[in-house]
Amino acid sequence: MRTIDVGEVRQAVGELLRHSAHSLPEDYLEAMRTARVQERSPTGQEVIELLLENAAYAEAETVPTCQDTGMAILFVEVGQDVHFSGGEIDAALQDATRDAYADLRKSVVSDPLLRVNSGDNTPALIHWEIVAGDRLRISTLQKGFGAELMSRAQMFPPAIGEEGVQQFVIETVEKAGPNACPPLIVGVGIGGSLDTVGLAAKKALLRPIGSVSPEPHVARLEAELVDAINGLGIGPQGLGGVVTALAVHVELVATHIAALPVAVNLNCSAPRRATLEM
Amino acid sequence: MSRTVKAPLDEATVKSLRAGERVVMTGTIYAARDAAHKRLVAALQRGEELPLPLSGQVIYYVGPAPAKPGAVIGPAGPTTSGRMDPYTLPLLERGVAGLIGKGSRSEEVKEALVRHGAVYFGAVGGASALLARQIRSSRLLAYPDLLSEAVRELEVEEFPLIVINDCHGGDAYLAAREAYRRDGEGTHRSR
Repeated sequence: MRTIDVGEVRQAVGELLRHSAHSLPEDYLEAMRTARVQERSPTGQEVIELLLENAAYAEAETVPTCQDTGMAILFVEVGQDVHFSGGEIDAALQDATRDAYADLRKSVVSDPLLRVNSGDNTPALIHWEIVAGDRLRISTLQKGFGAELMSRAQMFPPAIGEEGVQQFVIETVEKAGPNACPPLIVGVGIGGSLDTVGLAAKKALLRPIGSVSPEPHVARLEAELVDAINGLGIGPQGLGGVVTALAVHVELVATHIAALPVAVNLNCSAPRRATLEM
Repeated sequence: MSRTVKAPLDEATVKSLRAGERVVMTGTIYAARDAAHKRLVAALQRGEELPLPLSGQVIYYVGPAPAKPGAVIGPAGPTTSGRMDPYTLPLLERGVAGLIGKGSRSEEVKEALVRHGAVYFGAVGGASALLARQIRSSRLLAYPDLLSEAVRELEVEEFPLIVINDCHGGDAYLAAREAYRRDGEGTHRSR
């Protein structure tokens, strides 16, 4: 048994979210530098250059990279031998979000119909997972909703096969066009049920760009999808080009004999993603 | 070097702009996004006076992040314009001449741009920290309870834009996508 003080968790997660708002992950920056070379459209190259410049400026000046500092989505892996002390862990994570967003944009409405701003960017959306051991690992996505809005999920019958899955993913990116702020990171969930397929697609966005699925048939699917998406012509910011997606990450979930659910979660070219382990 | 256009826009400038053209904008523009649009259009329907002028004016779809102490404004890049489509026609009918955002517009809005002589400009989404440097002043005009969605008057200087939809029916997104879409042989056509 290991005891972790929730006050320390609040402190660490608050700091992580604050930092992540102005500091984009190195794997993303590296992918953008490669994309700058691969892009054939002069306008597309300029857009990538501008986004890299913006990222460097935001980091240096500690200002958010994008005005949409997102909704905080937290993935918490808790070892089954962990005991939390000093308060409730869920409340501590909400407090951490409130702390971090004091100087960031408040983009959350508490009630989706009444649409009154919660005033402190809470609640964060939290996904819990109990794992073996005594570690606590928290990953964060500060998800911009321009790209979230263009994301889609559908419950398909198995007959659509892999071809139908590909079609749905490509069509989602095509419909999103410039709206989702390409170059995109495309998270794809396949299988599971209505609830888990979306979560799988979102978790796919946590993977570093450049990571490849360990399953050969999934790795092939990822490569084919990136290629097809980059043939759409959308390009950086939709201003034309051959770099529409930096990566496609596919995550599979076991499913029922009657279904082939698919979810496509798009991330924009300001992927605020971070992880800490305590 | 991009051409400078002055905001508010005059008719001759609007007519001269072509889809795909890069410009920089200097002058006064108005920040308004989702919740503000809903209120503005509801106020128009009730016949009320609006908190901002419309004729010849430019509306920027933006909800800035909070400003650092001493800064004019926080990061202020464009938000997705399509969400404002349902509110845009009444504004164009009353003379709004320029819209700034990112992403595609509905056919209805594109037709209205031609009908009313107005232009839709794109700013680079996600370049928000850099774009904020081109904003010289920001004044809260209305709806402070909407926080980042409040209506603001912004003075911009050389704010970089690209004409997406001009008043002649040109569409930069469609043209660009067509130019780089891979054909059957797996090659890319360049412009």
